[in-house]
Amino acid sequence: MYKILEKKTLNANTKQMVIDAPHVAKKAQPGQFIILRVDEDGERIPLTIASYDREKGTIMIIFQEVGATTKKLGLLNEGDCLHDFVGPLGRASELEGLKKVAVVGGGLGCAIAYPQAKALHEMGAEVDLIAGFRNKDIIILEDEMRAACTNLHLVTDDGSNGRKALVTQVLKELIDAGNQYDAVIAIGPMIMMKFVAETTRPYGIKTIVSMNSTMVDGTGMCGGCRLSVGGEIKFACVDGPDFDGHLVDFDESMRRSAMYKKQEAHAVEAHECNLHKMEVK
Amino acid sequence: MANMSLTKVPMPEQDPNVRNKNFEEVATGYTAEMAIEEATRCLNCKNKPCVSGCPVGVQIPEFIALVAEGKFLEAAAKIKETSALPAVCGRVCPQESQCECKCVRAIKGEAVGIGRLERFVADYAMAHDTAEIVKPEPNGHKVAVVGAGPAGLTCAGDLARKGYAVTVFEALHTAGGVLMYGIPEFRLPKAIVQKEIDNLKALGVEFVLNFVVGRSETIDDLFADGYEAIFVGSGAGLPTFMHVPGENYNGVYSANEYLTRVNLMKAYKEDAATPILRAKRVAVVGGGNVAMDAARSAKRMGAEEVYIVYRRGEAELPARLEEIHHAKEEGIVFKFLTAPVEVLGDPDTYLVTGMKCQQMELGEPDASGRRRPVPIEGSEFVLDLDAVIVAIGTSPNPLIRSTTPGLETNKRGCIVADDEHGITSKDGVFAGGDAVTGAATVILAMGAGKRAAAAMDEYVQNKNK
Repeated sequence: MYKILEKKTLNANTKQMVIDAPHVAKKAQPGQFIILRVDEDGERIPLTIASYDREKGTIMIIFQEVGATTKKLGLLNEGDCLHDFVGPLGRASELEGLKKVAVVGGGLGCAIAYPQAKALHEMGAEVDLIAGFRNKDIIILEDEMRAACTNLHLVTDDGSNGRKALVTQVLKELIDAGNQYDAVIAIGPMIMMKFVAETTRPYGIKTIVSMNSTMVDGTGMCGGCRLSVGGEIKFACVDGPDFDGHLVDFDESMRRSAMYKKQEAHAVEAHECNLHKMEVK
Repeated sequence: MANMSLTKVPMPEQDPNVRNKNFEEVATGYTAEMAIEEATRCLNCKNKPCVSGCPVGVQIPEFIALVAEGKFLEAAAKIKETSALPAVCGRVCPQESQCECKCVRAIKGEAVGIGRLERFVADYAMAHDTAEIVKPEPNGHKVAVVGAGPAGLTCAGDLARKGYAVTVFEALHTAGGVLMYGIPEFRLPKAIVQKEIDNLKALGVEFVLNFVVGRSETIDDLFADGYEAIFVGSGAGLPTFMHVPGENYNGVYSANEYLTRVNLMKAYKEDAATPILRAKRVAVVGGGNVAMDAARSAKRMGAEEVYIVYRRGEAELPARLEEIHHAKEEGIVFKFLTAPVEVLGDPDTYLVTGMKCQQMELGEPDASGRRRPVPIEGSEFVLDLDAVIVAIGTSPNPLIRSTTPGLETNKRGCIVADDEHGITSKDGVFAGGDAVTGAATVILAMGAGKRAAAAMDEYVQNKNK
C-alpha cells in the first residue's frame, strides 16, 4: 500500500499529493510517469511525476478531477493509502546538452512543464517558461515556476491575470525577437502542443511534446497508447512519452484520446450520483 | 480388466447458447464416478509414451492408476511431484498435441482423457486437501524471478521447495501473468490461479507487485541487492499490429488490450471502472488460441456477430481443436482464406465502421512449411463492423533487453538461452518462456521454468563450493 503523506488543493479541481513510494522515487527522472489504482477494483490511470525526493522516498503527483477515478482520488486524504502505484514508467526526457530552452506549459500541463524547467534550470540552461491558463482562477504553481526559470511569461486566455494571449503568440514573439532556442518543450492539452509544433516548424526548432495517451498497463503490453509518429506506430508508454512534435499526428491522437468520453461522462455521473446519496444520508 | 470404450467419458459443459452470454467456466468438470470410469481406460503401458509428450514429465500412468483406485489426494500428490500448476494445466494444456497424442488408445479410438483427469484431481485436491503446506528448511541463498507468469511461478516454486528465499517481481498489480490478464475466466477461473499463487506464498515465495524490472530496478541492481541468480520470465507482451491503413481508428484493439480490459480489469462486470467498447459486430484477426479467447469474450460482452478472420484455411488454424470447436458452438463465424486490407472508419467520430478484406488461395509452402496464402485479384469485400481485435502475435518486451548490458537477444528481440538449462549470455541470469521462445504455450513456459530452476540451483551450489 502506498500512503498519501501530503495533500494540497491547487485550484478548484486540481490537487497535489505526495505519495510514499520509495521504489519509484529511487529511479524517477523528469518526464517519466506512474500508474496508480485508487482501490482494489479501480481503473489503472497514468499520471506524470511532478517531482520526486529520493531521500524521503516520495513522489509528487498533480491531477485534475475530470474522470470518475481522479474524482475518487481527490476524495482521499493524508494518511489514506492508494492500492497500487507503479513506476517510474516511460523514458526520461533527454535534457542533456540543452543550453537555451523555451518550456511551454498549458493548464495542468504546467505541473509537468515545471519539473522539466526546474531540471534544465538546475543544469545551468537558460529557460524561458511560458505558462498559459484559461483564467486567473486555475493558475497553479506560479511561485515554483518563477523560481525554476530565467524568465516566466504567464498569460491567460481571458486576460484575467497578466497578459491576454495564447502561449503560441508569446513563443513566436520570443523567437522573432532573436532568441535562439536549442529546443522547445511543450506540455499541455494536445491542441496546444499541436499549435506549438506548428509555430516552431517554419523555424526548424527541435520541439519535444509529451503524449499522455490512454493506456492500461504502461509497460508496452496493451498497445492502447499507440500513436503515429512520422508514419510509424509508436507506444507512448515505452517509446515515449516524449516525441518529436513535428512528427506526431496530433489529429489522430486527439481523436483516439476521446474514445471513452461518453463512458467516462457516464461514470462521472454515476459517481456524483453516489456522492449525492452519501450526502443525503 | 481395462475399460475398452473407444471414446472418452464426455466432459460436462454448459449449453453453448447459455454460456456464450456468461463468463462462467465452459466445461464443468468430471464427477468422481466419471473420473474413475475414464481412468480405467488407461492400459498402464510399460514404456509410458504419454510421459514423453509432457514438457514437465508428469508421471501420468501412475497418477491415473491412483484415480482408478479412488485415491484422489494421492493422485494429486503424484502430479505435484513434477507439475507446479496442475489445475491450470488440466485446463489449458494442448493435450492433443502432447501427452494424449502419444497415448496407445488413440491408435484406435480416442486417447485417455489425461487433461480431464488432471483437472479433476487438481480440483479435488483444492477442495479436499486440508494438509498444511510446510515451508522447507532455508538453505541460506537468495534468488529473484522476474515475471509472475507460468514460467516464473514454476521456477519460483521449484526453488522455494529447495529452500531458496525466492522473490518474484511482477510489473502488474496482480501475479499470474497471462493466466490472469490473457486467458479468460470462462476457460480458466481466476480463483484457481489465485489459489496456486497462494500455495506458492505458503511455501515462502515473496511477491513484489507493481515492480517493473528494467524501470523500477535493472537486473544489475538486483544482483547488487544480493540476489545470487535471476530468472527472467518476462513473457512476450508486446502486441504486433497489422500495419494496414486505418489501424488506429477507435475500436481497433490488440487482443492483449481487449483481454486485459475484460479479464484483469474486469470490464465484463457491470460496475467496472475500466471502460470498454460494447461492440455489436466484431472481427478478430488471427487463428490462434488468443484469437479464439478474444472472439468468445467479445460474444460474451454482447456482440451479435463475431468473425474470426484468418488468412489461411481451417486445417492451418493454430488454435487447439477444443477451442475452435467451442467457438463454433458459441456462434463465432469463421472467415477462412481472408486477409484484412484496410480498417474503415468514420472520419467524424473516428470509430470503426468496417474492414476491407481480400480473399486468398493457398499457394506453395513457405518457410513455416504451411502453404502460403496468395491474394485473389479483385476479390475485395467489406465486412461491416464496429470493432476489430488484432490477435496476430506478440513479441518480447524491450524493457529488460534495453537495460541489461551483456544479455544477448536475437533479431526478433527474444533472449538467447539454451533450452536445457535456460542459461543466457550473462553470468547468473537464466531465462525461459515466451521471453525466449516468442509467444508459445503455458506448459512450454512451465517446462522452461522448471529446467531453469534446476540449473540455477546447480549454479548457486557450485559458486558456493
